[in-house]
Amino acid sequence: MSSSTDQIQAFTQQEYKYGFVTEIETDSVPPGLNEDIIRLISAKKHEPQFMLEWRLRAYRHWTKMTEPKWANVHYPPIDYQSIVYYSAPKTVANRPKSLDEVDPELLRTYEKLGIPLKEQEVLAGVAVDAVFDSVSVATTFKEKLAELGIIFCSFSEAVQEHPELVEKYLGSVVPYSDNFFAALNSAVFSDGSFCYVPKGVRCPMELSTYFRINAKDTGQFERTLIIADEGAYVSYLEGCTAPIRDTNQLHAAVVELVALDNAQIKYSTVQNWYPGDKEGRGGIYNFVTKRGKCAGVNSKISWTQLETGSAITWKYPSCILMGDNSVGEFYSVAVTNNRQQADTGTKMIHIGKNTRSTIVSKGISAGHGQNSYRGMVKILPGAENARNYSQCDSMLLGNECGAHTFPYLEVKNSSAQVEHEASVSRIGEDQIFYCRQRGISTEDAVSMIVNGFCKEVFRELPMEFAVEAQRLLSVSLEGSVG
Amino acid sequence: MPATIVPIHENQEPYLAMFAKRAEKLPGLPELRRAAAERFAALGFPTTKDEDWRYTNLAPFLKRPYEPAAPAPVEAVRERLAAVPFTDLGCPRLVFVNGRYVPELSAPPDGITAGNVRAVQDWTTFAEAEQLGDNALAALNTALFEDGAFIRIANGCVSEQPVHVLYVSSGSGVSYPRTLIVAGRDSQAVLVEGYLGLGDDAYFTNAVTDLIAADGAVVSHVKLQTESPQALHCGLLRVRQGASSNVRSHNIALGAALARNEIKVALEGEGAECTLNGLYLTTGRQHVDNHTTLDHARPHTTSTELYKGILDGKSEAVFHGRIIVRPVAQKTNAIQRNKNLLLSRDAVINTKPQLEIYADDVRCTHGATVGQVDQEAVFYLRSRGIGLEEARSLLTYAFTSDLIEAVPVEAIRERLSAALFERLQGGLL
Repeated sequence: MSSSTDQIQAFTQQEYKYGFVTEIETDSVPPGLNEDIIRLISAKKHEPQFMLEWRLRAYRHWTKMTEPKWANVHYPPIDYQSIVYYSAPKTVANRPKSLDEVDPELLRTYEKLGIPLKEQEVLAGVAVDAVFDSVSVATTFKEKLAELGIIFCSFSEAVQEHPELVEKYLGSVVPYSDNFFAALNSAVFSDGSFCYVPKGVRCPMELSTYFRINAKDTGQFERTLIIADEGAYVSYLEGCTAPIRDTNQLHAAVVELVALDNAQIKYSTVQNWYPGDKEGRGGIYNFVTKRGKCAGVNSKISWTQLETGSAITWKYPSCILMGDNSVGEFYSVAVTNNRQQADTGTKMIHIGKNTRSTIVSKGISAGHGQNSYRGMVKILPGAENARNYSQCDSMLLGNECGAHTFPYLEVKNSSAQVEHEASVSRIGEDQIFYCRQRGISTEDAVSMIVNGFCKEVFRELPMEFAVEAQRLLSVSLEGSVG
Repeated sequence: MPATIVPIHENQEPYLAMFAKRAEKLPGLPELRRAAAERFAALGFPTTKDEDWRYTNLAPFLKRPYEPAAPAPVEAVRERLAAVPFTDLGCPRLVFVNGRYVPELSAPPDGITAGNVRAVQDWTTFAEAEQLGDNALAALNTALFEDGAFIRIANGCVSEQPVHVLYVSSGSGVSYPRTLIVAGRDSQAVLVEGYLGLGDDAYFTNAVTDLIAADGAVVSHVKLQTESPQALHCGLLRVRQGASSNVRSHNIALGAALARNEIKVALEGEGAECTLNGLYLTTGRQHVDNHTTLDHARPHTTSTELYKGILDGKSEAVFHGRIIVRPVAQKTNAIQRNKNLLLSRDAVINTKPQLEIYADDVRCTHGATVGQVDQEAVFYLRSRGIGLEEARSLLTYAFTSDLIEAVPVEAIRERLSAALFERLQGGLL
């Protein structure tokens, strides 16, 4: 018992592996938020008039809103006037034309993170649009994608080169008035990724982006917009790590997905922002609005996420199932350790006929972690034969953590079938005993059981991520149980 | 003359005016009543902005103020009661009409203390049971109740017969039924609380029941709600359980235009067990809201909850079940289930099963389902020569049978089955 307790200590006290700060000159605006700052951001990014107006509308709306308090998380109040809303590496003025021209310091950072940016072209077949703080620095595989008519670029580029698409779809899924953090993001978002897959095209590779928060005290406001036109298919990966920092950092991203007739979007996330130290100091506040709209018939949106980082996670990737026969899926593993808090889940809004949704959520709490699942399944009167299956299981490792479930089922159509199941448990002593008597150490047994617990979700992750996910999970948890 | 109490919303004014007028004549507990009135004034009636009330809107019902219900002539009530099911269960009963005790209609049991509060005069027990919380309706009841039932089962006493407390409403006023049940150590009892309306008036029943089960007590509580189709019914059942006690609650809701049942159980002793069963049948434009909270505060506590609903017409049902497991409550075992059968296109169900777990060595599960009568089962029955209508009503009846079977009073089981069949065959459900 004592040896496993030691192991627990050793593991739970493990410092964040990916913590470091890269010293690169940055071009920042003064802290605080007002209309001038927004005009300044917009001007720095050479945006067309409609973007500036949209940002200003969002800002004016935001000033009238109050911060939501309903989530089951606790944190000191955020001073929105002390945040720097824009910061870009100095290299922005003369963009590198190839990877060789990228600041070597930056490349080393990516190497430390284990992103094989250089090898990517040869190896993984993954086009990475790496976002370093707020401006895209390197984009790969663009030409290859362009041949198929796929647009995959940074949001700033999309605003310059494809304003008609941006204007049509921006805010069509998450309007700027949606919620407090979405409004804030709409007003000040710096950059992000944009992807458009034209009619009938199946994107041949997994698209991926790494986000990092770097410049001190810079809130990162990402905006991602993915559009799959009729019959298109795209799989998108997003992963993030962030360096150690003492003051809490705000991350309020917005992700919008639009799937037209017969289109499919698969969105996978591995989130590993800095979670704060053992006492809960520092760490990222991750307040994200993610939503997909199955606008066309037979469309499908699938969310898969592994949430291991952030001091606070507040995130509900949702699906609006408008088109008949559309499908929404949500697979999630959320891990909270030390003082981490997570309030995450999904919303499935069934509007069209024969719409189906599946929710599989696995929560793991250790240390003083608090893990909440909050989900809503709404069947509107027109959604004939809608079908939903939800399952949320929680695993508790340690006696000071908590696991909570807050599902909401609203059914307004009698032909609907809705099922929700949840369970909370811990690893049984008998299970460990069984493994031990077969010669498996407690450590390995726990890791095996936890991995088995999450298998249903990991199965949904693309290959490249599944490996990373398992590694992350073991780093975040190993030894948390005795 | 104490200062007037200022409410936060105008719809509270008639109630506070009534309190100001009647306070001196109400029996016992003047300080507690005043504190309760102040609490009610500060909280206001719940609105859909409160998370716990987001699917249930009281506002349309509170537009007109309800006058305090007037006493009704005993003989007329006796005659009408005879024609209503669930009034005579063949056991001792206490009858309250419009919130006042009617000894002429009652037959108190022997051997246990059971009577009306005014007669029993045990205000200290009452004051101890009352914990003014953030429940505005309960506070209003505490401020204004006229009378209520007081049942005390002595330590070690095993009550052979059930005790039936019947709250009858006639006319269109508001009444505040109040029940206090104290079950002593190792005692056993079955209690039935009935709420029914005579006639079709729109009235308001705002009831509060406290059940205190001491160590080792075994108590079954049945609530039968058959209010009139226009009525507004709000009921709160607060349960506190000692070590190794066992409480079973059977909550059956058939009537009222809007019914809200709130059950709060605190498992305060090691090894306490609680079973919450609920059955709601709604039709027309009925709205029923069941709100249960199970608080596992000590280790080795067990709870089992099963709520089932059958919804027809344009009715709406809400289920909100909450299970809290406190950090010390290791080895908790909690099961919660909510199953709903929708019979019509326009019925609406909102269900919210919640778990809040702060201990690690626990087993908690919850589940919720919403569906229709199984088409394959219907097909099976039809292939055996049973008509469509009959097959559907058989299956619907079967859906509820486990809950009906669990009710500990035979007279209720029989009548409930009969009433259900009648409703099913009459096409009402």
